[in-house]
Amino acid sequence: MQFFLDITLGGIATGMIVSAVALGLVLVFRATNVVNFAQGAMAMITTYIAYDVLRKGADYWLAFAVALAAGLVFGALTQVVLIRPVQGKSPLNAIIVTFGFLIFLEGVAGAIYGSTARNYPAPFSLSGQKLAGTQIAFSPFDVFVVVSVLVLMVLMLVLFRGTDLGLRMRAVAFAPEAARLLGVRVRPLLTLGWGLAVAAGAMAALLVVPTSSLTPNFMDVILIYGFTAAVVGGLDSPIGALVGGLVTGLSLAYVGGYLGGSLEPMAALALVVVSLMIRPEGIFARPAARRV
Amino acid sequence: MPTLEIENLSVSYGAVHALSDVSFTAAEGEVTAVLGANGAGKTTLLRTISGLVHPRKGTIRYGGEHLEKMSVEKIVRHGIAHVPEGRSVIEEMTVDENLRLGSLWRFGRRERGAVIDEIYELFPPLDERRRQHANTLSGGERQMLAIGRALVARPNVLLLDEPSLGLAPIVTARLMAVLRDLTASSNLVVVLVEQNARSSLSIAQRALVINLGRVVVCDDAATVASDTELRHHYLGY
Amino acid sequence: MGAFRRSAQALTAKSWFRLPRQPMLRHLSFAAVAVVGLYFLTQWLSAFNDYEVGEIAFYVIALAGLTVLTGINGQISLGHGGFMAVGAFTYALLVEHTTWNLVPELLVVVAITAVSGLVIGIPATRLHGPYLAGMTLMVALGLPYLTNQYNTVFGGDQGLNTPAPTGPASVNPTEWLTWIQLAGAVIVLVLLGNLMRSRFGRSFRAVRDDEIAASLAGIHVARTKIIAFMVSAGCAGLAGAFLALSAGGVNSAEFPLALSIYILAGVVLGGTGSLMGVWWGAIIIVYLPTQWSQSLASDFHANALVSANLAVIIFGLVLVVTMLVAPGGIQGGLRWVVAKGAAYLSSGGVSNMTLSLQESTDPPVSDGESVTTIKK
Repeated sequence: MQFFLDITLGGIATGMIVSAVALGLVLVFRATNVVNFAQGAMAMITTYIAYDVLRKGADYWLAFAVALAAGLVFGALTQVVLIRPVQGKSPLNAIIVTFGFLIFLEGVAGAIYGSTARNYPAPFSLSGQKLAGTQIAFSPFDVFVVVSVLVLMVLMLVLFRGTDLGLRMRAVAFAPEAARLLGVRVRPLLTLGWGLAVAAGAMAALLVVPTSSLTPNFMDVILIYGFTAAVVGGLDSPIGALVGGLVTGLSLAYVGGYLGGSLEPMAALALVVVSLMIRPEGIFARPAARRV
Repeated sequence: MPTLEIENLSVSYGAVHALSDVSFTAAEGEVTAVLGANGAGKTTLLRTISGLVHPRKGTIRYGGEHLEKMSVEKIVRHGIAHVPEGRSVIEEMTVDENLRLGSLWRFGRRERGAVIDEIYELFPPLDERRRQHANTLSGGERQMLAIGRALVARPNVLLLDEPSLGLAPIVTARLMAVLRDLTASSNLVVVLVEQNARSSLSIAQRALVINLGRVVVCDDAATVASDTELRHHYLGY
Repeated sequence: MGAFRRSAQALTAKSWFRLPRQPMLRHLSFAAVAVVGLYFLTQWLSAFNDYEVGEIAFYVIALAGLTVLTGINGQISLGHGGFMAVGAFTYALLVEHTTWNLVPELLVVVAITAVSGLVIGIPATRLHGPYLAGMTLMVALGLPYLTNQYNTVFGGDQGLNTPAPTGPASVNPTEWLTWIQLAGAVIVLVLLGNLMRSRFGRSFRAVRDDEIAASLAGIHVARTKIIAFMVSAGCAGLAGAFLALSAGGVNSAEFPLALSIYILAGVVLGGTGSLMGVWWGAIIIVYLPTQWSQSLASDFHANALVSANLAVIIFGLVLVVTMLVAPGGIQGGLRWVVAKGAAYLSSGGVSNMTLSLQESTDPPVSDGESVTTIKK
């Protein structure tokens, strides 16, 4: 029973991180109809940048802020340089561009930093706490993970539902042509969407890295899980990203705990396949968003 | 407010010539009906005026400015509003959000409430449904929302692409009446593309018939409406 | 009813029995010339280069399969290395547990890998664009884990052995293997070439261009897509078996994600959808990660880290830049040059070089407008 509880809690923590990655994927997909396969690799780069900042003596929170800012800028630049040229062409072009970018970034990181694993600190203790006399596998850091992802979601909600900017971004995501005809400047908003998405990914990476370790490939599996979460929850739904993330995190935790860690990627694949067979558009997708 | 002048407009999609040498003028306070069969090029005409498509040749002039090479964003800011074909309302947003969207480029927070209220006055059914999502609206209500959204920014030129499509005749009649009154009272330049020639001719002052991308008739609406041969040949009734 | 039956037969029967003579003869004569040329090529090269030519040959096979799937049928696969792994391990297991000859073993490899293509192809029929890409990526990433989990069967870290086949005594074994691989490449190209000219090929393209229109025209869309997956998987499997033969052994370390990336890059660079373009891609896959990047690294006095990663960096760059600048790849570029030099272009006619990865032939629309909506 204790084992089950521990695994469940671990699954929730993982699930929240996966949600953050999924949220980044959803943001980009809703705004630009592109799945950013390089999301994880870009977040890896921002984490290395934060790592360098830390090594120069800065404190954790400054490095955190730097990583997010770097993500914002990096995402915006990528959209302008790489994605704009392939926007509107066959979707295969964008897939290959983002995929190629993923590899390129991992190669560059490998060339600069090598593949030796580095340690990235956590802002709070990583050990489980005692609650009412029993040891719970939920550390202060896990609490931080859950809180920060929830904060991210709330901020996104406020942005999209409560501000004019958010209204414009939603319009551009749902009906770009109609939005243009209403005078909305579409291009800068797409760029901003990418910037925010990569910043979200940067945050997710910082939540992963204390328990994993910093290597050029460390975000690969997380990207896959984020993709799984986005597919399960619906690639055009932020709430779906959250629910999908939790479903994915918990499923992987149970598979890993009871069947063996090596089977987790296959479990994710199975989750994707099953989800696509049962409900292709994801749990929360809005049917209106699909146009034939 | 000036007139909209189109001269020798030619538009191609690759090898397909959608419009060839189209010329006409649309005056303020008047509804100019654009008629013709499916695929004749009517939608392309509107899309070219609003800037979604750039012409191969020809000019579009409004208020002394050449619009044919401008971006959509700039054209909109010159007071041109285009209501595209189909219910182009954003279904995932509420009625109020749709209208607010239309007001963003022109009005600051303080004035927005007032201009949006004007639209609610114009289309009372929308007023009752402010907070409803647009996908719960009927066809007629959606068309009102689409038009209202275009009107929120107080345009000078209104381009309408088949607003009566899929609407019951009585709803169409009401819509046309609203358009007629609005055109006169606000001195709008209205270019109305319709397959339903009868209803549009009833409120139009000028009429243009397009066939295979070319203008075949450009005359007063009354003349076109009474020319039975022309009606049979190009308009199907 | 008769038409339906005929088209059903055409789709299920082996296409080359029903082909008109001409394309077949044409392809066979090209093949004959190629075989003669390649024979002389192998006579010229030393044993080491024979090995590389053999590698080029089997990459040609893998790339040809992928280019058919992605370029002609429009389904993207980011994990084709996985199918090569299936083929390689199947071959190794056959060698270990049976005493069959090479050809039957290869045929079984192709069959089994084609079945794995079926397994992936079935859920893939429901997916498009990024969803399909993501799913195939997951397959490629997950397979090494699978082989690790069941390492008694798959030989664990050390893997399984696949000794090269012995030919006639007068022939050097490396050369013999290279001939076999080249023969395989030529055969596969001829078969695929014929397939693409047949009704199959037309249905592949029809499904790629517009599924709804294709199904209205009587094409069984799902079946076509699955067959495309099976064909391309079979090719990758054969290539994997050849890879195993060249390497002398097989273990999961030989099939990292990078392999799938190289294959994709090879297809894209050569020209997606072009069966002749695969040669360019194969050459680059064989020479770039090893010799070219090493000489590049030493030219620039790069440190060890950079040279280890240079191949990956360059491949990534190749993918990105090719897509941005020349989506038609090398073959597309060549065709463009030829077309420019030729008499004169009808507007819109020339852009059919690259298949799905094409420059937009839409009218000069203002930017940001045509955002494609991706169906799942």
